[in-house]
Amino acid sequence: MKRRKGTSQSLMTRAGGELDDRFKLAGPTRVLMNKVFPDHWSFLLGEIALFSFILLLLTGTFLALFFDPSMTHVTYEGSYVPLQGVGMSKAYESALNISFEVRGGLIMRQMHHWATLLFMASILVHMMRVFFTGAFRAPRETNWMIGILLFWLGFFEGFIGYSLPDDGLSGTGLRIAEGMTESLPFLGPWVSAALFGGSFPGDEVIARFYIIHVFLLPLALLALITVHIGLVFAQKHTQWPGPGRTEHNVVGYRMFPNYVMKQVGFMLFVFGVVAAMSGLFQINPIWLFGPYEASVVSSGSQPDFYVMFMDGLIRLFPAWEFRVPPYFTLPGVFWPGIVGMGLSVLLPLAYPLLERRFTKDRAHHNLLQRPRDTPARTGLGVMVIVFWLIGVISGGNDVFAQAFHISLNAMTWAGRIGMVVLPVIAYYLTYRICLGLQQHDREVLAHGLETGILMRDPDGRFYEVHQPLAEPDEHGHTELEYGGATVPKKMNRLGVLEPADRGFFKSIEETEDEGARKGGRRDEIEAGK
Amino acid sequence: MSAHNDDRRPDEVDLSDPKLSRFDVYREGLRRDGIEIIHYEPRYAKPGTKVEKRMERIVASLFLGSGLFATLFVVAYIWWPWKYDGAATWRDPQTWYTPILGITLGLSLLLIALAVLTWAKKLLPVEELVQERHDGGSSRDDRRFAESTVDTVVDDMGLKRRPFLVKAALLGAAPLGLAAVAPLGGLIKDPGDMLTVTGWNAEKHNGGEPVRLMLKDGALVRPEMVATAGQITVFPAIEGGASNEFASAPTLLIRLRATDAEILRENLYPMYQDVEAMWGDFVAYSKICTHVGCPASLYEQQTQRLLCPCHQSQFNVIDNAAPIFGPATRHLPMLPLGVDEEGYFYAKSDFLVPPGPAFWNRPSLPEEDEQ
Repeated sequence: MKRRKGTSQSLMTRAGGELDDRFKLAGPTRVLMNKVFPDHWSFLLGEIALFSFILLLLTGTFLALFFDPSMTHVTYEGSYVPLQGVGMSKAYESALNISFEVRGGLIMRQMHHWATLLFMASILVHMMRVFFTGAFRAPRETNWMIGILLFWLGFFEGFIGYSLPDDGLSGTGLRIAEGMTESLPFLGPWVSAALFGGSFPGDEVIARFYIIHVFLLPLALLALITVHIGLVFAQKHTQWPGPGRTEHNVVGYRMFPNYVMKQVGFMLFVFGVVAAMSGLFQINPIWLFGPYEASVVSSGSQPDFYVMFMDGLIRLFPAWEFRVPPYFTLPGVFWPGIVGMGLSVLLPLAYPLLERRFTKDRAHHNLLQRPRDTPARTGLGVMVIVFWLIGVISGGNDVFAQAFHISLNAMTWAGRIGMVVLPVIAYYLTYRICLGLQQHDREVLAHGLETGILMRDPDGRFYEVHQPLAEPDEHGHTELEYGGATVPKKMNRLGVLEPADRGFFKSIEETEDEGARKGGRRDEIEAGK
Repeated sequence: MSAHNDDRRPDEVDLSDPKLSRFDVYREGLRRDGIEIIHYEPRYAKPGTKVEKRMERIVASLFLGSGLFATLFVVAYIWWPWKYDGAATWRDPQTWYTPILGITLGLSLLLIALAVLTWAKKLLPVEELVQERHDGGSSRDDRRFAESTVDTVVDDMGLKRRPFLVKAALLGAAPLGLAAVAPLGGLIKDPGDMLTVTGWNAEKHNGGEPVRLMLKDGALVRPEMVATAGQITVFPAIEGGASNEFASAPTLLIRLRATDAEILRENLYPMYQDVEAMWGDFVAYSKICTHVGCPASLYEQQTQRLLCPCHQSQFNVIDNAAPIFGPATRHLPMLPLGVDEEGYFYAKSDFLVPPGPAFWNRPSLPEEDEQ
């Protein structure tokens, strides 16, 4: 055994030498393998999007082997009985065939759709993490903007993607998109005619969407994702404040083996979740919707969740149409559909610059902020989330109205009023909660944390014993400065009250010195988090 | 990414020292990249303890389990009956094909994920390192070098000395850029009358003969085919009239109760009175919502409303289908109805105003704007 191991090692060394002779890899390899990454669960949210994207490329390639983006009229003669003899486009027929005639095609279609939903959802959550912790501040404004562009590219990639099967539901979505396009002042009819090759729906749009969906947008996404990750790498990741962590260092673990192993494990985990979901939970059952017909729609027609916000805005916007008869009409949908979407792109893009302007903070920041320490920004973020949520809920207001027996018109009015009022209330409440949390942190730092132990003085007075976090002065106060890091609020955060037993089904016995070492380590680690 | 190992410090370890252990060399490598080990020790103080062995066994069985499920996936993919053949119950094996693929593939991936993660979290050394962060741009020297390099290049080309050449280059390149995007002009099409003329236009689509109404299957429509308070979707009886080629033609033919028809007749806009758009108790409205073009097809008899399920615009059937709720701003255009000598419905003309979503130069009749 020993001899063989020696041989293989020297073989590795030799191979490494040969490679280095040619590519000069020794230096870069070392730097790469030893790069230090900070560790926090919230830093992995963006990775979910990356892994979903990889999955989308893989499953999408499979689907492209069987999908036919053609609007040629055919009569369905496949094995799905309810649609036999129905006229439809070739695109819809081939999407049905992927679901019914291709072995494993259905699970691939569902994986592609679930991965899309996960992609968009994880981008949103990742964006919230970056926003609320101030990770977008200098020097990372560029990466924030790339992230916003990635969201919107994903938005259109997703919308165009689910339009491709040319089913009843997606065709209706396309019709709405066409109505929005027409609303553009002066250009509308021309843009619409260019997009659809004449009048809606025409017979070119699916082929055009296909090349955009499988080539142009994926290429743009791939390029921007590469730059996005490259910048994280080059600028080094932000980190939470804590002992030993400064603006000028990174505290964490090495890229190899720790970080890479966790990443690979996490990637496989995301893949596994999507695969299991796609086998067990149905998504976008296009065979139930039938082919697209301009005259057919049903209630409960909802777009995918990331588009629902736009749909909700369009539902809620009042019937305001600007007309100068007979020369000019500005359709109402222009405001939520075109202006609303435009602002949803531009305002987030500009946010780092706006904040820079208002706070006059031009310094570089590598330490993250806790949301409570920036009440105005946190309030603003929650305000946007509430606004967005009302849009999403209104995008499904017919479903809510039906499920909860509410009047549909009441839902619409609640959305209209809520959209104006609730974000303001949310801002105020968030602001106050942030101040309260800050206040409590400072209180604990000054007086120590509550132990839950009640004591009685000789004179009969009851009081609770506080555990100071440092040596107190004669009044029992400690002069600890608030550093923007987590303040322990419970005694077991200080290392008291270790769990009595370890192990899942049965306890794991530990050797004595190991237990002692564990206890010792705990202090060190907990203090930094 | 450059390995900055040129800034040799005086305390640098001499690598030729034969007494250096592998770890000494490794740590020196870290140090030269500005990395310092704060904490680094094996996860288990004594190698080979019971706890460590147990963890190794767990990780190994996770890997093996993953392989097992991956094999099951391949086996199921090949041999499990999968062909869809009509309605099936849960007892038919092909119903389980997709769930089985999902479960086996999912479990295989989840188990291997857990194996790798457990290896990383439970067997790798406990470590904490700190690396210097060189934030805030290059060194002053580098900036000066870069500046002088760029300036030299600019000077070599004479960009400042030869302004005429620069302008000429720009004037030459700009049209070339335009030429690069010009072929996209192939996409541009004159919208023409696509938004204003529908399949009901007799001159354009039926050689001047009035266009009859038909059902989706091509059957022509007679008045007795619609029950009182009933409604059907009708299409222009022309070639492909019910297809998506005429996406703004679908029309809703409603037979009102006599009392409702009386109310509508009183409410009728002048332009519809002029052409006698109703026929008896029958009225036909464009099905394409004037908001953004979904079919406004949910007919509520009790309140005489038409509802568009996309954005909940509601139209009053007994008042010219004028919008009464939701984001729509204009009524659903009425199709002037007549019945020919053979007893079939026909459209007296195309819609008087364009159906469907609005656009900036949408023609409208004065009557419509007064409403």
